[in-house]
Amino acid sequence: MTTQTVSAPRAGRRSIRDQWNNLSRPAQWAILIPLVVLIYFLPVLNPPLIATTGTDFPNAMFDVARYALVAIGLNVVVGQAGLLDLGYVGFFAVGAYVAALFTSPNSSLHHLPYLWTLPLAMVITMIFGIVLGTPTLRLRGDYLAIVTLGFGEIIRLVADNVGPLRGQSGFQGVGTNSAGVPFFANATQWYWLTITIIIAILLLVGNLERSRVGRAWVSIREDEDVAEIMGVPVFKFKIWAFVIGAAIGGLSGALYAGKLGFVNNQSFDVITSMLFLAAVVLGGAGNKVGVLLGAIVVAYLPLRFVQLADYNYLIFGIALIVLMIFRPQGLLGARQRLLARGRQAYHRLLGRGEQISGDSALSADTQGGRR
Amino acid sequence: MTPFLAQTGSWISFDVHGLAQQFWNNTVDGLALGGIYALVALGYTLVYGVLKLINFAHSEVFVVGAFATWLTFYALGFRSGTTPVLSVAEIILFLAIACLAAMAASGGTAVLLERVAYRPLRKRNAPRLVFLITAIGASFAIQQGLRLVFGLNQQPQIRLLQPETLFRVFGASVTNIHVILFVAAILLWFVADYFVNRTRLGRGIRAVAQDPDTATLMGVNKERVIVITFLVGGLLAGAAALFYMMRIPQGAIYNGGFLLGIKAFTAAVLGGIGNLRGALLGGFVLGLVENYGQSLFGGEWKDIVAFVVLIVVLMFRPTGILGESLGKARV
Repeated sequence: MTTQTVSAPRAGRRSIRDQWNNLSRPAQWAILIPLVVLIYFLPVLNPPLIATTGTDFPNAMFDVARYALVAIGLNVVVGQAGLLDLGYVGFFAVGAYVAALFTSPNSSLHHLPYLWTLPLAMVITMIFGIVLGTPTLRLRGDYLAIVTLGFGEIIRLVADNVGPLRGQSGFQGVGTNSAGVPFFANATQWYWLTITIIIAILLLVGNLERSRVGRAWVSIREDEDVAEIMGVPVFKFKIWAFVIGAAIGGLSGALYAGKLGFVNNQSFDVITSMLFLAAVVLGGAGNKVGVLLGAIVVAYLPLRFVQLADYNYLIFGIALIVLMIFRPQGLLGARQRLLARGRQAYHRLLGRGEQISGDSALSADTQGGRR
Repeated sequence: MTPFLAQTGSWISFDVHGLAQQFWNNTVDGLALGGIYALVALGYTLVYGVLKLINFAHSEVFVVGAFATWLTFYALGFRSGTTPVLSVAEIILFLAIACLAAMAASGGTAVLLERVAYRPLRKRNAPRLVFLITAIGASFAIQQGLRLVFGLNQQPQIRLLQPETLFRVFGASVTNIHVILFVAAILLWFVADYFVNRTRLGRGIRAVAQDPDTATLMGVNKERVIVITFLVGGLLAGAAALFYMMRIPQGAIYNGGFLLGIKAFTAAVLGGIGNLRGALLGGFVLGLVENYGQSLFGGEWKDIVAFVVLIVVLMFRPTGILGESLGKARV
């Protein structure tokens, strides 16, 4: 068990985060609303430096938004509850296949209007979350990671090999109605839908984090044994995190399927799963703004610098290493407000930062530190 | 739902007859394949035992070995298509050269990886999750580097040794390659086991695995032990790459390590990660189960069987079949 001292915020020069937290609610909204409006209009504005040259900009923006949604979902699992999930793409795939099976003319299932498949995808991925989570969440750390990786691969291989899921030939016309008209005509509309959903999900997840559930997650992330001893029903809340994360992943998958209009087994490999996880960790697991930033980096950069297409992932890999070496906590580190309050209290009482235990997946314990 | 199910009949077919017919063939092939899994799994297990780190880029260490093997064969004048007529001594000589080259390439890659990707993080006392992400980054970088150099397609296959049936076990033909794979895996495992459990350096590895801080106080050079751990894992992966290329000569492809890496890691977890004996056992179990599953459900389900077995084993034995033990003191 190692401990480390967290430096207390320096007096005088306060961090942006503190300044933001100290603003009044209306002041926060006054900054946020124009920002959100700007984000909505990005694909229309087509700003010169930001706009992608190789790919259609609204398409690229949709991709970024899709990754952002995934990152928010995965952040609940990895960032909040500290459950290392390497098979998250499985849930994404389930969502995509739900949308495909209920809207594509290639499927013999009863057809539903596309918008109905979004909640349906969430419900079905939640069921998958329970089914996958119940047996596996008793495992910890790396074992959990490898089992989730296995599950992600199983879902992909099932899509490969089960006849009705149509393997590589896939489903055409996903998201079309019975007349064969796509749900949205262009990528900008898909982007708007996704951004709207992201905002709704952010509000929901934010409320969850501030609730009893969120505190339970943080306690599990920081030290599972202690949480258990202090009366947190660890298993129940792990399932909760898993299921909620799964639902958001499924939602993103359904959006992806609808936008693309085509689903086959090709886009759900482990590499994609790794990219999702990279988005979360790169931005700063446990920090919503951070993971959004991470998703933007992971999804946007390869699209923006498409002239480097050959070197894309090489650079991405190296960048990942370099970034992690210089900012191991991610672009924006995880600091629960809850913990921040505790830290302020400590600071006032003792005049220094508190000692926090470092035994979780996210904390600075590298060399084992086992009992 | 009914039409959906009605149109397909059953999703998975059980071919018990096929399994019974192929049983001994599967056993022989599974043991040979399992040997490769076991050798790669040793690399995962050693690094995990010492650093508690899933070295995700280990699969790329293996692929580098595969390319080194191919390049060595190529440099020795062998080309694809024809299998040369060689005397036994020549075959052993060329295989030994290729083995050394592959081991050097893989071992070098592993050490370099440790140096570039993991050591700076250790210095900064980074969270464990970050090591995993760096490993993924390194895996991407090596993979894409290989793609840029060697292209998207697999290298044309070069065989030094044509598979020939040596003898039969219950009707299953055992080829020379099966025998080499199996014997080499067992032999190398013994060397690794001897190294870790009987030598001075091995004692250092076990000491660091058990308690890095105390080991440092006792005069163990932790950094050196870590480098050696990576080196040993890399050397074994290089050897495994040579044997893999003997069995699957088209194995040198830039993303070829991925599935094998996952399988090997599965094998390591199956046996109990951090446990050398577990890696061997897990490798063989995985190789066998995978081959039986292939006959029972059909070839396309092979990989699923491997993962399902992993999950089932972990549900009942959460630390693998033999449990973790690299750090356990043996008196």
